[in-house]
Amino acid sequence: MKSLIKIAIVLMVFASVVACKKDTRPNYQFMPNMYEPVPYETYQQADVFEGGMEAQIPAEGTIPRGGHMPFEIENTTEGYDLAKTTLTSPLDSTQIDSNRGGQLYDIYCGICHGRKGDGQGTLVKNEKILGIPSYDDAGRAITAGSIYHTIYYGKNAMGSYANQLNEEERWQVVDYVLKLKADLEK
Amino acid sequence: MKKSYQSLEDNSTNNMIQVIYRQLASKIPYIGLVILLTFSTSLTAQEGDPAKGKTLFNTNCASCHQLDKKMTGPALRNVEARLDEEHGLDRAWLSAWIRNSAGMVKAGDAYANQIFNEYNGTAMTAFPQLEDQDISDILAYTAQPIPEDNGGGGTTTVGPVTPVEGGISNKLILGALAVLFALLAIALVLVRQTLNRFAQEKGIEAAAKDKSLPIWKAFAQNQFLVLVTAIFFLLASAYFVYGYLSQIGVDQGYQPVQPIHFSHKIHAGDNGIDCKYCHSSARVSKTSGIPSLNVCMNCHKSIYEYKGETTAKYDKAFYDGEIQKLYAAAGWSDADQKYTGESQPVKWVRIHNLPDFAYFNHSQHVEVAGVQCQTCHGPVETMEEVYQFAPLTMGWCINCHRDTNVKVEDNAYYTKIHEQLSKKYGVDKLTAAQMGGLECGKCHY
Repeated sequence: MKSLIKIAIVLMVFASVVACKKDTRPNYQFMPNMYEPVPYETYQQADVFEGGMEAQIPAEGTIPRGGHMPFEIENTTEGYDLAKTTLTSPLDSTQIDSNRGGQLYDIYCGICHGRKGDGQGTLVKNEKILGIPSYDDAGRAITAGSIYHTIYYGKNAMGSYANQLNEEERWQVVDYVLKLKADLEK
Repeated sequence: MKKSYQSLEDNSTNNMIQVIYRQLASKIPYIGLVILLTFSTSLTAQEGDPAKGKTLFNTNCASCHQLDKKMTGPALRNVEARLDEEHGLDRAWLSAWIRNSAGMVKAGDAYANQIFNEYNGTAMTAFPQLEDQDISDILAYTAQPIPEDNGGGGTTTVGPVTPVEGGISNKLILGALAVLFALLAIALVLVRQTLNRFAQEKGIEAAAKDKSLPIWKAFAQNQFLVLVTAIFFLLASAYFVYGYLSQIGVDQGYQPVQPIHFSHKIHAGDNGIDCKYCHSSARVSKTSGIPSLNVCMNCHKSIYEYKGETTAKYDKAFYDGEIQKLYAAAGWSDADQKYTGESQPVKWVRIHNLPDFAYFNHSQHVEVAGVQCQTCHGPVETMEEVYQFAPLTMGWCINCHRDTNVKVEDNAYYTKIHEQLSKKYGVDKLTAAQMGGLECGKCHY
């Protein structure tokens, strides 16, 4: 009888140890000091930051490293028209890499605008988002400047892609869009 | 091109009219409705085809307008009738507005300016390419009454394939088996009791057992057997203890509950959105970023409800509720279609967490090496809730570095070093390990 109780106790200890492993909770750590960093981790919650968020918007009036100059045309209809008529790409023909532009386009734009720019992306075909215009739409008559303005600020239902693409990448995408437009107008 | 399209359209309308005539009796109420609608809206209106109008609406208008909900532009259900009743504006005004709204604003048209200012000076795109017939088709589509909800519309439940239901049925089977075994055991005990009673009544004594040694005593007396068993048990327990200790600090399978139920299956799987659309910093940074909410709102400004497949556990109301949580966090008012400015951070729970003593750079693996996200993160596009797929242990890293050939094509950086090293090792293709991917200081410094 006594040995039975002992066996039961051993089983219970084993069960309790095994039962502690739960998928909604991280596993035990041996020497957490090695695992938990002293400096702030990416996206960490910390009281010193506004709203407790480590991820903050750059301070106003600052320019991020990498020589990306601020975009001075405003996010208004007038700004759009101004960009449409005056803004041109700073990249010359040697800097344009339509391969990379195409890759970026397929990631960020193709999902709605379609791989060919005809407005028939996967989300449109799945009827999640409707009314994506084709790039050769006569009423819009897009130009390099208007494409850049739209990527930078977004337009109507489209959001801004300024945080996903940097300045140089945006111009690569602009060039690729113009290429798609030319192909569509053929 | 355009002309042939036009003639095709004409043919199809002719055909349709013929069909309508052929089934005149059954179509009388429908025709009556059309006549009623045509005359109730405007006497000068041309007859439009709502089916064609729907296609035109979806390609041209739907990016900013919906029928019953304000988006970038106003809701358009019965727009022609409403304009006529409320502002006395006719089809000609509407056509002029559609073809060149900016021009009308500039020309000082009163209602054009009113609507322009009401929508924060957002100019409506001009559609000079739309013909009169196109516009009347679109208006016919907008004049259609709201379709009635047919019962279970929208909440299509997908039955047997869901793992959740599989789990429940498994448990049921197990439970039934347990009950069955319990019944069997009880039956056996009862049978034994009755047999014993019979034996007692008949006066039969059960045969006395032999006086031989019980088996455990015989075992204990054999020292060799005891030794072998002891060694076996020691080795077995050492194996299990080693296994237990080596999984400490390994979070493989970790699947926390996130504050917003974001389904990678719906986004990356069903809709095929590229991983790097949201995790864009994986291309350019050490960290593969969690997207800020404006990236969610790129699409969810327009997508305010879930229309796809649902399961018993996650129904349409559940997914719609999660989208509402996103709106609350981003401070988006769906009714007014603008940001309220009252946002709050979403406290996502981090799943993959490499300790700081190991350096890992996403851009090096994603952009330079061209490793697929799925290689380390598993089939995320099939995960309703994400879990940690890989163990993220050092042995796991090293194995991959030993097996993976470095992608040297189209990368001028590697031409010289690849030549030298491939000569040194006498191989055609270098693995990451041969490029120095096993050096301690590459990851630990």
